[in-house]
Amino acid sequence: MEQLMQTLKVQIIEALNLRHLKPEDIKDDEPLFVEGVGLDSIDALELIVLLQQHYGVKVEDPSQGPQIFRSVKSMAEYIENNKKPQSA
Amino acid sequence: MKSKAYAAGLGVISAIGKDLAENLEALKNHQAGIGPITLFESIHKNKLPVGEVKVTNEKLASSLKLPTTLTRTALLGIHAVKEAIQSSGIPELRKWRCGIISGTTVGGMDKSEQYYETFMRNEDSAPLHQIKNHECGKITELIASHFQIQDFISTINTACSSSANSIMLGSKLIANDQLDIVIAGGTDALTRFTLNGFNSLMILDSEPCRPFDETRKGLNLGEGAGYIVLVSEKVLEQEKVRPLAIVSGYANTNDAFHQTASSPEGRGSFSAMKSALEMANLMPTDIDYINLHGTGTQNNDSSEGIAVERLFGENVPKASSTKSFTGHTLGASGGIEAVYSIASIQSKVVYPNLRFNHQMSEIKFAPLKSFQKGVEVNHVMSNSFGFGGNCSSLTFSSC
Amino acid sequence: MSVFIKGMAAISPQKTFENNSFLSEIQEFIGNQLNAVEPSYEGIIDLRAIRRMSKIIRISVAASNKALEEAGVEIPDGIITGTSYGCMADTENFLRKMIDSKEVALNPTPFIQSTHNTMSGQIALLQHCNGYNSTYTQGGFSFENCLVDASLLLADNPGWNLLVGGVDEIIEVSHKILNRFDLYRKENVSNLSLLNLPAEGTMDGEGCTYFVLSGNKQNALAEIKSIKTIYKPANASHVIESLLKFLNENNLNPTEIDVLLTGRSGDTRYDGIYEKVENIFPESSLLFFKHLSGEYPTASAFATWVGTNALEHNQTPEILARKLSGKTSIRNVLIYNNYFGVYHSLILLQK
Repeated sequence: MEQLMQTLKVQIIEALNLRHLKPEDIKDDEPLFVEGVGLDSIDALELIVLLQQHYGVKVEDPSQGPQIFRSVKSMAEYIENNKKPQSA
Repeated sequence: MKSKAYAAGLGVISAIGKDLAENLEALKNHQAGIGPITLFESIHKNKLPVGEVKVTNEKLASSLKLPTTLTRTALLGIHAVKEAIQSSGIPELRKWRCGIISGTTVGGMDKSEQYYETFMRNEDSAPLHQIKNHECGKITELIASHFQIQDFISTINTACSSSANSIMLGSKLIANDQLDIVIAGGTDALTRFTLNGFNSLMILDSEPCRPFDETRKGLNLGEGAGYIVLVSEKVLEQEKVRPLAIVSGYANTNDAFHQTASSPEGRGSFSAMKSALEMANLMPTDIDYINLHGTGTQNNDSSEGIAVERLFGENVPKASSTKSFTGHTLGASGGIEAVYSIASIQSKVVYPNLRFNHQMSEIKFAPLKSFQKGVEVNHVMSNSFGFGGNCSSLTFSSC
Repeated sequence: MSVFIKGMAAISPQKTFENNSFLSEIQEFIGNQLNAVEPSYEGIIDLRAIRRMSKIIRISVAASNKALEEAGVEIPDGIITGTSYGCMADTENFLRKMIDSKEVALNPTPFIQSTHNTMSGQIALLQHCNGYNSTYTQGGFSFENCLVDASLLLADNPGWNLLVGGVDEIIEVSHKILNRFDLYRKENVSNLSLLNLPAEGTMDGEGCTYFVLSGNKQNALAEIKSIKTIYKPANASHVIESLLKFLNENNLNPTEIDVLLTGRSGDTRYDGIYEKVENIFPESSLLFFKHLSGEYPTASAFATWVGTNALEHNQTPEILARKLSGKTSIRNVLIYNNYFGVYHSLILLQK
């Protein structure tokens, strides 16, 4: 989970082109939207694509977004709970 | 006192018909044109319904005696402009200072996206004819060239309000005596580019759209073209043409809230509608019918609905979104819906908003459920709101 | 027309943005394209905003910002942008990914940024401008259409301040494709020799120029007195006829034009018409600009910037001048430009 959150921070910065931030600037539990990192609705869509591209996890209903993307931690938890099991 | 612009001819092609008569018949019979994608291959083929014009490029091209390789956007545009000019009854446009102003968002992308696929594999083998009409302005050039219009040529791309803004500019040029006749409207063809683009925004409905319904899930893309022949008073007199309506008011504002979403309270839309009424010297109570932008997205319908109620108060006139029939025709929507609005005045009809079943919680008014005829329609408002915060509202009045 | 220029800014292949002197530092380009010199955006565009912006949007936001500052206008009453190709980098990005990934998991940002009206929309957002907003995209008339629209708006609202600009960008792919249409030189050439070594083809260019236009003369840099567009003229005579009529309508004869600024591009296929036009003005200073901007559909916006500078500073820098008339005072500047022989425009600037 810790490793996943670290990786996510790097991926988020890259996907959203947050050139002014480094991974250590984003706290695990810090709000990503509105306050905290200050992302917007376009970023939310980009994070949905990130989950699909990197983790094969699909978010069908964008209204779930605020919950899933509340923080890096909640994103990691969602990935853990929804990623497809690895084949043996 | 500046001259107003009069609508003297109408032309339209959409998912519900290849001319005005067919469109009106479908509107009367509640016959939507939304269905599966047939124009191109896509992974979304049986998942995302669209409003396709039910005419192939081959048929369009052959009826116009044009190459079948021409971009569909131009074919649709030329087809609709032809009907508009014919219906105006003006025999010789070139006798007058005549211009064309067309709105489009995709331009020749239906062909360029095919070109690019080949180009990516092998740059030199991609056929140039597929890319040469990519630009939005080239579509208007093709239309102008077909009808030999040369005095003024312009293309507007303000996303979904493009053709409404075209009608606005056309009216201004006539009012300022810079042109006598302007063919104004817009055209857009369905493309994989826009389908995938809107899908990436997650605002497409996998079912036929339900504008202004509480349970709405998004829009369906459509395609088509709609044009009006706008003329000055002088042309009306000298050509002995019967005007169909007067362009009584218009306004263009910007929501300046977000790149793709409207402000929740519909500030920009409210401002555009209010200013259009002011220009037309009309009270809200004078409006007999509103052709809503009504895309079927959560955001648009909510903010447009709130803005409408704020402006019209307890007396919201009959209102509907014809996108429930045609889908969202993007750059063509303002033009197509202007044609429907003027036809509404002419034929004394108002159109239903299909698939409306659940009242929206944010507003009190409900859109029309049924087609109505024998309605006194003197003043119609037509709304077009687009990405980039572009808000345009037009009013048409009987004359 | 009564349209006055209150402020302006240009980002071009020359150092026209950060350098306030009129074309004192000239950039040379060898090849067949000239690329815009982008400024440092620090202090101009917030890091959180710039992250989504491709070049065309960055240069538009920066140039429009500066034009407003120069004009002393906080929030304009309207924004009108002309662009022929639109946001090519974002369009290409989305299209390529759509094809590559076979329509699966596509990033929405390039699609959102690909629409032609992104510049006008983005500027409105950043400037909190709820006023009139439009985008014209008619090839070599994209900027001219903006001027026509602006003049109509200012006729009704002379107190308004309108932000009006022209912008087009080059991306590697677009240049490659346009090259296949034989628009550009086949052999490498220096832009500084382009006009002296005519051949088939010219050099591709890009840039963004914004103006703040008002119906109010006070503190204006120049007046845009009149404009005329001529679409697909049958021949050079048609252009000359229109030009003479244009001068007549403005109560001017050729000897009263102090500076003739033409869009000669070094392309032998189109320079012939320029020659015929230039011959009508033997007593005017003759200036060229395309060796500094490159050829692109909205280059006439850059030409208007050059012409206005000439009027404002009463200067005709050597780098522009083909011929100087010896007149000490510049009152009338006539710009004649054509875009590959299809779109011809005349812009009359006055002090």
